[in-house]
Amino acid sequence: MALFKLTPPFLSGSSRVTKHMLQLLAALIPAIIALVYFFGPAVIVTIILAIVVALLAEALMLKLRQRPLMPFLTDGSAVVTAILLAIAIPPMAPWWLTTIGILFAIIFAKHLYGGLGYNPFNPAMVAYVLLLISFPLEMTQWSPITSLADHVVDIPSAFQFIFQGSLNSQIPIDAISAATPLDEMKTQIGLLQTPEQIMQSPIFNSLAGQGWLWVNIWFAIGGLFLINRKIISWHIPFSMLAAIATISLVTWLISPESYASPLFHLLSGGTMIGAFFIATDPVTAATTVKGRIIFGAGIGLLTYIIRVWGGYPDGIAFAVLLMNMLVPLIDYYSQPRVYGDTSS
Amino acid sequence: MLSAILAITLLALIFGLILGFASVRFKVEGDPIVEQIDKLLPQTQCGQCSFAGCKPYAEAIAAGDVDINRCPPGGEATIQALANLLEVEVKPLDDECGVEKPKMLAVIDEDRCIGCTLCIQACPVDAILGAAKQMHTVIADECTGCELCLPPCPVDCIDMVTVTSSPTNWRWPNPTELTTQYKEQQ
Amino acid sequence: MTQLGSFPGGLLLDGQKRRSTQTAIRTTPISKKLILPMQQHIGEAAQEVVSIGDKVLKGQKIAQANGHMSVCLHAPSSGTVTAIDKQPVPHPSGLSAPCITIETDGEDRWIKRQGVADYSQLSDHEIRQRIRDAGIVGLGGAGFPSFIKLNPGIHHVIDTLILNGAECEPYITCDDMIMRERAKGIIEGIIIMRYALRVTQCIIAIEDNKPEAIVAMESALEKYPETDTIKVVVIPTRYPTGSEKQLIEVITQKQVPKNGLPLDLGIVLHNVATAYAIGRAIIHGEPLISRIVTVTGTDVKHAGNCETLFGTPISELLNFCNTHRHKDVPFVMGGPMMGYNLTADDLPVIKTSNCILVGVDNTSHQSTAMPCIRCGDCAVACPASLLPQQLYWYSRAKDLDKTREYNLFDCIECGCCSYVCPSEIPLVDYFRFAKTEIMHKQQEHQKSDIARQRHENRQARLEHEKAEKERRHLQRKLALAATQSNKEKAATGNNVGENK
Ligand code: SF4
Ligand code: SF4
Ligand code: SF4
Ligand code: SF4
Repeated sequence: MALFKLTPPFLSGSSRVTKHMLQLLAALIPAIIALVYFFGPAVIVTIILAIVVALLAEALMLKLRQRPLMPFLTDGSAVVTAILLAIAIPPMAPWWLTTIGILFAIIFAKHLYGGLGYNPFNPAMVAYVLLLISFPLEMTQWSPITSLADHVVDIPSAFQFIFQGSLNSQIPIDAISAATPLDEMKTQIGLLQTPEQIMQSPIFNSLAGQGWLWVNIWFAIGGLFLINRKIISWHIPFSMLAAIATISLVTWLISPESYASPLFHLLSGGTMIGAFFIATDPVTAATTVKGRIIFGAGIGLLTYIIRVWGGYPDGIAFAVLLMNMLVPLIDYYSQPRVYGDTSS
Repeated sequence: MLSAILAITLLALIFGLILGFASVRFKVEGDPIVEQIDKLLPQTQCGQCSFAGCKPYAEAIAAGDVDINRCPPGGEATIQALANLLEVEVKPLDDECGVEKPKMLAVIDEDRCIGCTLCIQACPVDAILGAAKQMHTVIADECTGCELCLPPCPVDCIDMVTVTSSPTNWRWPNPTELTTQYKEQQ
Repeated sequence: MTQLGSFPGGLLLDGQKRRSTQTAIRTTPISKKLILPMQQHIGEAAQEVVSIGDKVLKGQKIAQANGHMSVCLHAPSSGTVTAIDKQPVPHPSGLSAPCITIETDGEDRWIKRQGVADYSQLSDHEIRQRIRDAGIVGLGGAGFPSFIKLNPGIHHVIDTLILNGAECEPYITCDDMIMRERAKGIIEGIIIMRYALRVTQCIIAIEDNKPEAIVAMESALEKYPETDTIKVVVIPTRYPTGSEKQLIEVITQKQVPKNGLPLDLGIVLHNVATAYAIGRAIIHGEPLISRIVTVTGTDVKHAGNCETLFGTPISELLNFCNTHRHKDVPFVMGGPMMGYNLTADDLPVIKTSNCILVGVDNTSHQSTAMPCIRCGDCAVACPASLLPQQLYWYSRAKDLDKTREYNLFDCIECGCCSYVCPSEIPLVDYFRFAKTEIMHKQQEHQKSDIARQRHENRQARLEHEKAEKERRHLQRKLALAATQSNKEKAATGNNVGENK
């Protein structure tokens, strides 16, 4: 057995795909804790379910495609997809919803395109959009924030609900379903309320949605850690956030009665997880420096447009998929200037 | 949802237009098709395709009379290139014509050569030097390895040898194949 | 101090240099047999001027430069030529090439040397000629004939000579040691090069991880009166600063134009060891017959730098340094980033052998590459601002036209991209593969163009001959017919007459 390297370079850095993914997972932990704190422990059940299904699906597909199991099962990419989808869908989503989503993400969005590295669309977002379109009802039943709910759904009842679809009789149905701040904002603006009035509702605090504010902040902190560890580059998150901030600032300044503040947009819904964890998926993002800035800005703009003028309360998933489509084009036209190339 | 579908359709349309425009805008005016085909043929001039050289074969292909899989010296790569150019299906080499093999070089055994000049007449690229009754030699750089000089030689003094590789014409191995080899080693 | 520039990408690597700088430069014993490849430089191979059985003296010319881009070759020691044939040479292919083999007699007798103590008696042309005759090539590793780079030609004005003492690749210390121990000789060479190029300033660039070399060069400079135009510039340690274009950018903050040469910026770059060799050649009349080779690595007990005659089998050098090499396990010729693997250790040391590396600390293993996850780390590390991930994609698919579109030929094969790739893809391998494929295709194309031309010429000639033949045939026929009809006419005339 040959342990030496056959070809140069004979040295290599310590960066590995698995290491990337592990650090990504580590960076998600604080925000997951925040989610549990604000929306109850059900999200843990969904995450574990998603990971198990994802690994099984991954193993199945690798077998069918006759690829070696080991390097790919341990590369962590399936786990990352699973967690991202599990966080994106409602915490109390029934088991079949999660399962369908994960199977679709791993089998169709990832392996049928050629597996790790070859999928043009972010698998978690493809699955999210599929679920949103096919099961709109289940997908919009977000748990109310625990501090406002009369009953906190503990793990056993979460289990019961997720796997059997029934609840303990003492727990009312609105313990598992409430409007999210983005929903509320959209509906109420539609009813000609001003954002200021809307924000009086108890699901908001002074800046953004109760709980959501903190979840977003923790995602941002995790993201900054990733930038610091050079797992992701700053270009995509910053251009995306800058785009959201700019356009929301402009609309808000023009008409504060009908548009929410930039801070609300930055700290609501999936903004931060989108900016730091979803848009930065290397496989489906642009790879050049200029390209990444364009890619991020595009996602930011589309997200805002869909949120405010589109049919859905949040637009991250659509925005990411739309920009994924443009990646080959962006990459082609944003090639860096080659060393010593003086022709403009 | 409608808006999303609309947006996607719109984007697809816009990019279709851009790509279409680019392909028209940057289209290169090429040589006439026969020349283009001829450029892809290896110019061994061996006649294995049953034509009297590469150009006649190119003309026949352009006229649509024959298949693109009749050139053994060019082998798979040439068939691939022709298929790309003419936008037709790739086919395996027609084994009636011959088999693909590494490039060879004719060498005349000068001790046995009787100077009959028959090989000079056979060589399609004038790669053999010599005069009547004098021994002949092959200009190695010009020989295409077509083997047409072999049959006419009355004393069988011409041999085909494989072109040897040296550090100057050596090619770096394909890493994809190298990895497979390595796996097999293990 | 002047402001330094910096190049895109690059890596901070663990130098591992101390291992081979603990002992002074040693001299490798003369080997019984020296094998000298006739091509040890970029360009055309030299042409042998000795035959089997000839007795040669140390420093005697055994092969003559052949063509413009070629240099001479000399006997490294006295002895007898025993073979002129193909022998395996140190090259990644492991193939053989024409070599001259010399059996040494152990006397090491020099041929009469003709040094010129005062270089200013020679014209710049004569200096270049002598350097070419002395067989001097760039000793940094590429082996480009040095005399060419001392000839600016008429189209360029050269104002700066940069001496490359960066030695950025880990493990290699031969330039470091030559600067420490032979600073005076290097400066003598620089002065001659300065004269030949008529440059106004010379810069000796040394990475800041070689403080001893910096001190040695600086204090040697002080002893020369006319050295105010020569100065040492300390540059930050970063791989690949020692690469030509990158070093020029660090020193001058200017980028050598794409497809251009340093000449276009008025700069010429030489290695410090080359400067030393030039000094020896001009002042002492010594041709290039040996070089300093770094022998290092985890399996080398007595690592260090050895002044070694060309042609010395690598195995003897390794023994001299007390190396425990496992047979069948390859060793590296060159540094760990840009060198290549060799398995046979009976290959000779040649002009470009700067380092022999046996065993790398924490070497990366050959592993199955994972798919590219398009993380872009390679593009960040690339000192040529390329997009290795795209180049990889197209090289792998053998889409060679596309690789050129993505500037494959601007890749300097530094290996930074492979080093950082989290999927452990052997990126540089793919680029080398694609480059040689393209060059091969081009050659094939040229060949087939020539064949087509020759075929067409032949067809034309045959046509012409045929037409000619037919014409003559026709003529003869006509002539024949004419005479016949004349005869007939005459006959019929007679008949007519008779009939009348
Ligand atoms: S077989 Fe190929 S090389 Fe030979 S004549 Fe025909 S086209 Fe030319
Ligand atoms: S020398 Fe023989 S093999 Fe070579 S091109 Fe001429 S006829 Fe063909
Ligand atoms: S470093 Fe490797 S995995 Fe990352 S983009 Fe480059 S080739 Fe792909
Ligand atoms: S080997 Fe080539 S592509 Fe890779 S980093 Fe170096 S210059 Fe860039």
